[in-house]
Amino acid sequence: MVKQINHLYEEVTIAGFGGQGIILVGKLLAQAAMKAGKEVTFMPSYGAEVRGGASNCMVVISDQPIPSPVVSNPQCVIAMSKAALAKFEKTVKKGGTLIINSSQIDVQPKVDDSVEVVKIPIDEIAVGLGNAKVANMVALGAYLQKRGVFSPDEAAESLPDVLAERYHVIIPLNKKAMQKGAEFVKNNGK
Amino acid sequence: MCGNEAMAESAIQAGLDAYFGYPITPQNEVTAYMSQRMPEEKRVFVQSESELAAINMVFGAAATGKRTMTSSSSPGISLMQEGISYLAAAELPCVIVNVMRGGPGLGNIAPSQGDYFQSVKGGGHGDYHCIVFGPSGVQEFADIMPLAFDLADKYRIPAIILADGILGQMMEPVVIPTNSKLNTQKLKLPKKDWALTGADGRKQNIVRSLWLAEGAIEQHNYDLQAKYRQIEKNETRCEQSDVDDADIIIVAYGICARIARRAAQQAREQGIKVGSIRPITLWPFPSEPISKAADKSPIFLVVEMSCGQMVEDVRLAVAGKTPVVFWGRPGGGIPTVEKILEKIEQLTIKPKK
Repeated sequence: MVKQINHLYEEVTIAGFGGQGIILVGKLLAQAAMKAGKEVTFMPSYGAEVRGGASNCMVVISDQPIPSPVVSNPQCVIAMSKAALAKFEKTVKKGGTLIINSSQIDVQPKVDDSVEVVKIPIDEIAVGLGNAKVANMVALGAYLQKRGVFSPDEAAESLPDVLAERYHVIIPLNKKAMQKGAEFVKNNGK
Repeated sequence: MCGNEAMAESAIQAGLDAYFGYPITPQNEVTAYMSQRMPEEKRVFVQSESELAAINMVFGAAATGKRTMTSSSSPGISLMQEGISYLAAAELPCVIVNVMRGGPGLGNIAPSQGDYFQSVKGGGHGDYHCIVFGPSGVQEFADIMPLAFDLADKYRIPAIILADGILGQMMEPVVIPTNSKLNTQKLKLPKKDWALTGADGRKQNIVRSLWLAEGAIEQHNYDLQAKYRQIEKNETRCEQSDVDDADIIIVAYGICARIARRAAQQAREQGIKVGSIRPITLWPFPSEPISKAADKSPIFLVVEMSCGQMVEDVRLAVAGKTPVVFWGRPGGGIPTVEKILEKIEQLTIKPKK
């Protein structure tokens, strides 16, 4: 058995398909972690990515230098699509967290009993806010609420850094989406 | 910033005068970044028509004494090998960045370390070396750029930065070395009095790689070798950790060294004494520290994203004193912490008496 490490060492895989803003939200998380004074690495899947193709990224946040940016068994996986779930459900570390976009995923995840599964209708919440594209922010809000590395509002402060200037008008909407995601997790017990 | 961008900005800060390149994944961010930043700085950016053109443009710019570089990925770097041999022969300083991807052939776009032999053993024709760096993080990728330019200028030699797709693409917080040009001035690098700057009022300079007179190229080779011995003596760099009491020493470079370090940490937590040696310069290779470490008879585990290339240099350094074991994944496969840990555990199994 590997001994538990006491200091902060949070690995997360965010996965979905191209167009869902997977890479963007990963960058936001990394940027916010950097601003919070943490060590952080961000590793995207890259290359022939197109809208609709598989997309994922890995973020590691720690208070000590991070040896490896490559994550094989993260504490948390955020699965935004069925394909993403199928690819990454088995990788979640024992005792970890699996966040599922239940708007797209109607199957029962195959995970260890010790893994906490958080189902959240991410797309529906985003559509309810008037823009399906903020689903990624809803997911991030839910993640931050669950894992608590820092608050959604702290993360939102980094939005201007990762969004192109022409999208800065929708920063408030993105912030709201994060809060909604966090609220959902808070109100639904798990 | 991703590794590619951090390195590009660092090169600009180090006084890069001219960038030439042709797009290829996974280093496209370099060319994209340069296309924006170099004109801003009123310096030269050319997207060439091919890699052959790019390396020969580098030859031309270097011959005028300017700081110049190109970047590409494995198949593109293969196309440049003729030019690199010419640069080595003509003793022109420049920096070549290879963000390695899976090969052979056109391969794939996933990260790899399959170009080690090509980079440290020559690559092009003839007896020559380039200084080769293997950075292992975004910060080091950026930090090495000014050093690469300085050493290239100091020894009149091409410097190669051997990165991989992960290093190019991953993001980490990074502080770009901004005063590197000032540091360079402090170094008192030799004047480039060999450069082609117009012979008005002085004897003409000739930059060439062709010597037809009998014995001339033989002598040139001896001169080059003498220079290489100097570089081996002065510029070998590596990082060692927990080597003294180690039963197992992992040797890895670049991103593999990062993954291996995590495995080594976890092994230590289990009570297995694992140390690591990380070559920062791949040529000159840190043979001496490895040879020294081998005196205490640990087992060496070499981890690479290849079928085993650097392991040959480790074996040469160890010289049979103790076992050298290899594990790696070629063609874009990325070693995992768990797998390396498994290998470490296997090495601790003692044979039954």
